[in-house]
Amino acid sequence: MKRYLPFVILTFLVLLPLAGLSTYAMHILILVIMWSVIGMAWNLLGGYCGQVSFGHAAFFGVGAYTSGILYQKLGISAWWGIPLSIIVVAAFALVIGFICLRLRGPFFALATLAVGVILRVSAENLTGLTQGDLGIMIRTRTWVGKTWYFYIILALAAVTFFLVRKTIDSKLGYYFVAIREDQDAAESLGIPATLYKTIALCISGVLTGMAGAFYMNYMGYIDPKVVFALHDISIVTIMVVMVGGAATYWGPIIGSVIMVLLAELIRSIPVLGVAYQTLFGILLIVIIIFLPNGIAGDWPKLKRLFGLRGAS
Amino acid sequence: MTSAQLEVLLQTLIAGVLLGGLYALIGIGMTLIMGVMKIINLAHGELMMVAMYIAYLLFSLFHLDPYLSVFIAAPLLFLLGMAIQKFLINPVLKVESILPENQVILTVGLGMVLANLATILFTSDYLSTPVEYATKAWYLSDFWRSSPIELSLSYAWSVSFLIAVVITLCLGFFLAKTDLGKSIRATAQDSEAALLMGVNVDRVRAITFGLGSGLVGAAGCLFIPIYYLYPDLGGQFTLIAFVITILGGLGSTVGAIIGGIVLGVFESLTATYIGMGWAPVGRFIIFVAVLIFLPGGIASLLQRKRFGR
Repeated sequence: MKRYLPFVILTFLVLLPLAGLSTYAMHILILVIMWSVIGMAWNLLGGYCGQVSFGHAAFFGVGAYTSGILYQKLGISAWWGIPLSIIVVAAFALVIGFICLRLRGPFFALATLAVGVILRVSAENLTGLTQGDLGIMIRTRTWVGKTWYFYIILALAAVTFFLVRKTIDSKLGYYFVAIREDQDAAESLGIPATLYKTIALCISGVLTGMAGAFYMNYMGYIDPKVVFALHDISIVTIMVVMVGGAATYWGPIIGSVIMVLLAELIRSIPVLGVAYQTLFGILLIVIIIFLPNGIAGDWPKLKRLFGLRGAS
Repeated sequence: MTSAQLEVLLQTLIAGVLLGGLYALIGIGMTLIMGVMKIINLAHGELMMVAMYIAYLLFSLFHLDPYLSVFIAAPLLFLLGMAIQKFLINPVLKVESILPENQVILTVGLGMVLANLATILFTSDYLSTPVEYATKAWYLSDFWRSSPIELSLSYAWSVSFLIAVVITLCLGFFLAKTDLGKSIRATAQDSEAALLMGVNVDRVRAITFGLGSGLVGAAGCLFIPIYYLYPDLGGQFTLIAFVITILGGLGSTVGAIIGGIVLGVFESLTATYIGMGWAPVGRFIIFVAVLIFLPGGIASLLQRKRFGR
């Protein structure tokens, strides 16, 4: 049963638009799936390979801008951005990896954080290429309804899920985990750590970049403050994975469901709306202290907790 | 080089050094915390923002000069830092988890809460303390009539710089001469050995975090007469502190001072000759260059000199 769970969920999601959901429900679903793509991509690098990145907005933004610049400057459909962003983001990830992956642990985290900020500043200042703070807008949207966007992001999510799963089940995955657990020991066993960290960064970055390119097509508008946002993209990515559970297949998906719904819920309450970052921050602190491995990772612990309560 | 160009260059350098002195104070706070606890405090800039709001409140309610509020804001921040270390960071250090960077993520969450609370309490308007000396300055021509070039030195900037230097000197004395300072340095070098020598490592950690927060709080008070204040200002100063720490060498106080001044001068040069908006990129170029060419930071240069290599 457990083996077929992904297929069951995929079939269910494929059939879901036939139920005639409202536009708002479809929008939320699309956001949930998009965030789970980004979360799964981050999880590959952060959860399995142990390289915590605070700058996934950089890859997201580069993907989105690849799409946007294609549309704005060359006048071709922004959908070409999704395949093209694979090349652009992979090249970008190689450069970032060359610079940042020589750092370990928290220093890598900070370096990626700096990369995200630098890209935002560059995108704001390179007005010739990116239109600066004006942003890029797609004037005619491909479809009015949400159904096709839903299927495209669902396909992307399915590809991501199986790609991450295949990677982790292969030898590559064992290398990643070995590097996470002890980089020096891994190197002494003959694993070229830098090479495999770069591979993890490239895969993770490319998947995030594709989600970014999709975002450009779906939302129809980007500006540097939106796509290179530290809190709204990079930190939320980490939260999605932390809440759901790092280094688990289902963690990012559970996390994105919870985070997107929670964000919508908090923002819809008038008084709490302004304080949503406070609540997110408190949630993050609580999760780190009490559920350090997330909902999926600490599932036995949670079950025991609720089991005990049910018994008494 | 014409005298006008020379004037611009010298003025830029003066502004850079003055800015660098304040940056150094921010950087020292972070490097102390990093050296002793081996964690990166990503809420560093937000703590500075809190101190700036304290100074702003004291100014607007009691008309207290921002420079005097150092004596109130810095101790308050010291207590806040100790509380953060005791109630948030220590429990996380004990928790077993897959990712070792949990404390870093924790400080990010903390920073988010602080910035958002400031937005709720004070709205996101830009605030400043309009002190009457903010726009006054010394001019070179006042002292030297026939001077070929004209340079100016702002009152507020130079007072901030001097106070920063005094605080840094006091800190240097504290770290070098007092028992507590020596325990802090011992813990930074090897916390287990320090524990065996009878240093109460937990207490030293709490004090160090408090000290780092207090220093950045003092820096905040010194910044407010010459800068403006808004809730999201923390993030950029966290990055500045972090670049200084890398540039200076991890955990090195002297390195942080030199790093702060180098960064200040570099930023002011970028702002004058390339453009105001590019200053953060200049920071990153320094950061990358240091990582590639000088991974140990300025501290490794000093060490090399000391050992005559």
